[in-house]
Amino acid sequence: MTHLPPALSDWFAARGWQLHPHQRAMLEAAADPATLLIAPTGGGKTLAGFLPSLAEITAAPKAGLHTLYISPLKALAADIRRNLRRPIEEAGLPIRVEDRTGDTGATQRKRQRADPPHILLTTPESLALLLSYEDAPRIFAGVQRVILDEIHALAESKRGDQLMLGLARLQSLSPGLRRVGLSATVEDPPALARFLGGGAQILHADPGPDPDIAMLETEAPPPWAGGGGRYAIPDILEQVRRHRTTLIFHNTRAQAEIFFHHLWLANEDALPIGIHHGSLSREAREKVEAAMAAGALRGVVCTGSLDLGIDWGDVDLVIQVGAPRNVKRLVQRIGRANHRYNAPSRALLVPANRWEVIECQAALEAVRDHRLDGEPRGPGPLDVLCQHILATACAGPFLADDLYTEVITAGPYATLSRADFDDCLNFCATGGYALRAYDRWQRLMQRDGKWQLRDPRAAAVLRQNLGTIIDIETLKVRLKGRMGGIPLGEIEESFAATLTPGDTFLIGGEVVRYENLNELTVEVSRQPGRDPKVAVFNGTKFATSTLLANRILDQLQRPSWPDLPAHTAKWLNLQRQVSRMPEPDRLLCESFPHEGREHLCLYGFAGRNAQQTLGILVTKRMEELRLAPLGFVCTDYATLIWGLEPVTEVGMLFDLAQLREGLETWLAENAVMKRTFRASAIIAGLIERSHQGRRKTGRQATFSSDILYDTLRRFDPDHLMLRITRQEAMRGMVDFGRIEDRLTQVAGRIDLVRLDRVTPLAAPLFLEPGRIPVQGEGRERLAEAAAARLMAAAGLA
Amino acid sequence: MTAFAFTFAGQPLLALPTGALFWPDRRLLVVSDLHFGKSARLARRGGVLLPPYETRATLDRLAADIANTQPEQVICLGDSFDDLAAAEDITAEDHARLTGLMAGRDWFWVEGNHDPGPLTLTGRQLPQMQLGPLIFRHIAAEGGEAEISGHYHPKARLAGRAAPCFLLSNPQRMILPAYGAYTGGMDCADPALAALMGPGALAILTGRVARAIPYPYAGSRSSRPRSSSLPR
Repeated sequence: MTHLPPALSDWFAARGWQLHPHQRAMLEAAADPATLLIAPTGGGKTLAGFLPSLAEITAAPKAGLHTLYISPLKALAADIRRNLRRPIEEAGLPIRVEDRTGDTGATQRKRQRADPPHILLTTPESLALLLSYEDAPRIFAGVQRVILDEIHALAESKRGDQLMLGLARLQSLSPGLRRVGLSATVEDPPALARFLGGGAQILHADPGPDPDIAMLETEAPPPWAGGGGRYAIPDILEQVRRHRTTLIFHNTRAQAEIFFHHLWLANEDALPIGIHHGSLSREAREKVEAAMAAGALRGVVCTGSLDLGIDWGDVDLVIQVGAPRNVKRLVQRIGRANHRYNAPSRALLVPANRWEVIECQAALEAVRDHRLDGEPRGPGPLDVLCQHILATACAGPFLADDLYTEVITAGPYATLSRADFDDCLNFCATGGYALRAYDRWQRLMQRDGKWQLRDPRAAAVLRQNLGTIIDIETLKVRLKGRMGGIPLGEIEESFAATLTPGDTFLIGGEVVRYENLNELTVEVSRQPGRDPKVAVFNGTKFATSTLLANRILDQLQRPSWPDLPAHTAKWLNLQRQVSRMPEPDRLLCESFPHEGREHLCLYGFAGRNAQQTLGILVTKRMEELRLAPLGFVCTDYATLIWGLEPVTEVGMLFDLAQLREGLETWLAENAVMKRTFRASAIIAGLIERSHQGRRKTGRQATFSSDILYDTLRRFDPDHLMLRITRQEAMRGMVDFGRIEDRLTQVAGRIDLVRLDRVTPLAAPLFLEPGRIPVQGEGRERLAEAAAARLMAAAGLA
Repeated sequence: MTAFAFTFAGQPLLALPTGALFWPDRRLLVVSDLHFGKSARLARRGGVLLPPYETRATLDRLAADIANTQPEQVICLGDSFDDLAAAEDITAEDHARLTGLMAGRDWFWVEGNHDPGPLTLTGRQLPQMQLGPLIFRHIAAEGGEAEISGHYHPKARLAGRAAPCFLLSNPQRMILPAYGAYTGGMDCADPALAALMGPGALAILTGRVARAIPYPYAGSRSSRPRSSSLPR
């Protein structure tokens, strides 16, 4: 048992604070090689992680890094630094704490490498960068403890895989390193412990009381379709008025923007309400964070950017606008309210449309039943390994055998085969092409048995490419004016490409007018009172979990819906009358004309990603049957396909054996695969990430990553990058497993209902963003007609 | 017919859907901006190792166009090689294929900004050339007449899809799309290109079928800033 330094015990006592049982347990387990602490939000779990470090450093102070703390959010690292400083300074402990993130200045970074603090707070990306420097062995030689905060969040993405590879490196540099993982409630603690590695022991804190959670009752019913929850603004404002501080969560940035804009139009009392999301400029986000910490805000409209971390003591209500998609995430968001141990969190759900009313009800019941969802994660992805190999080469020469031995100590890579490792190494060195074109120009060369960079100057570029977060390309938005204008935030490049001067869109809650593109900046002017053309930011999309989807299907089977609001029950009854209800062991398809196009709606309830795959596979089949599909769009519940010809028979569209057999060829040419390829190619270092300033403005010099994908498919179909893309797509975006599960369950019980108009359940799909075009005969027919019209209009025909 | 037929400076010409231009009366095929050896140049400079197949892919396309049109003369309208070293580095296999395509034809290498010097390959090299009423050069000249050039890699959009395109502004000039596999594009409404287009200009999109649309002068609804994407 490690004991608290007397100065710190006294400091706690003076405030009448006592350690929670799990905080004491962490002190007792301080010497263990690895510990995973599972505690609810507000349980003081971050402090629990740090207590042994504070005790050890105080007991034997010496220069150098003792504890490394890794958080998924930059803001969290900065916040923890402030929170730790207070007890350290007031109790007079001889401990230096600093943070290091992408926002840390160059001078401070340099000094931190020369003279590291006792406790360094950082992010997975900054750690990867530190480990890629030649002096990493010196910096990390004496590190004793590493604390991974919110490890459940990191474990869900490639950031976690990269972090675990980094940890394997750290363990080699400092064999005595002890690991601590801090996590919110998860469905499978042993899996997370394996991810953390080191044979981690699991400590459970008291989960605390059940949350007080309900659906918000609103004056107006939710709309038939659409997102954003605008209809509920008066009721939400009333809730904000009644509480100290309310967090209003949205699933996407675009929805948060639109909601915030309209909230302010209705905010007659001028309640101080701010907005926070990842597309806003850093200045804008910091302003909101500071105002919130100072208790100056009554509400914040936010997205996943506030899912984790920062301890807002005063939040007493969480409102989730839009369906939660995932029960675990909902529970964690609810935990943002009332960061006091043993007080129930209060939360309200606001469905954005009628579909979401059903999902919200299903989610409420799941929370009450303590049912959490979660999909098991596959083995560590190879694109991340490629990046790790290149980063390791930046730090210095290495032996392949040593690196392989080290990599398989990382939880996600425990089952990595030597052959896969060698393929990745070969890819990093030579490109791994069947045509060995780069023997003279290898990236990595073997000298005296050790692998190293052929051109050491390449290290700078490789370091710039570190990280596994692939941003959608964005452009900065500024107010047009002298001195460059005020930064407002960022928009997606693909969205910017659709703008014509004079178009209006929303950013930071204001309507702006697109003026022009100046180098890589979108210049706008303020345009209050104009109707905005909506900015599509495409926030991260989470698919509705299998658990929730099944619970929604169960809801639909009920003879009546007393627990649902009357409007929704009426809507479901209408569907039952004009068409039929989707059922768990049947697949419902509706076919109908609408606005000059034929439509086919498939109710798969397989989650957004699998519904998208279904869209790809079925449209491909339709193309073969000459039904001229033009495009499709999907939600978590259904896929809507439109085209030029009506579908009158569906059996042949869903033959599972055929779908499976043709999957690879069918997918190969699709935009989803190309998008997946691009992300993996950037991570693996086949394509350089673009950096502001390094990017050329004359675009002739650059070309689409789609061309690389097509070229590889044609000339080198067994290339590692294509293998990685297939693996990636199958488990992430494509999610074919859920289609297989569904179709197996359906076992051929497929119903086609032909109608003369849109059905109640299909209507919402017409307003979904993210329409995916199908390139085929249908589009050729339309292009020909469009060209003819343009030529005729111009008198050139 | 998948090509687009038109008359330029009194000459009947065909814009092929691949991005090549064919002059049937002279049995002349014109391609621009092949950018052979682009991946090798990037690798030499210590950068990314792109799939080294762009020369092969471009030659495949060229071989198909030559087989279809059986030209007696071929003009490569500049930036045929990504740099002069790329012309030296060409693999034996690609060299043999290129030589095979050149055999029995008059082959002209017009110099571009990427390949401004002498090549060791056969064929004639020249800064620009005149054939009948038409002048061929890499970069459009101010006040050009009956001029055919490349360099800009123009792209245009139709029905939601962007594709490399020819730009035809009678009687001044025609600008060819980039023919090479690893080439990006510049939006044809870009001011640099708009300045070269007179009234009544056309954009002819490549694809399955060469399809003409009115040139999208800036400000019209179909113009789109920054439509191309990068390999990033």
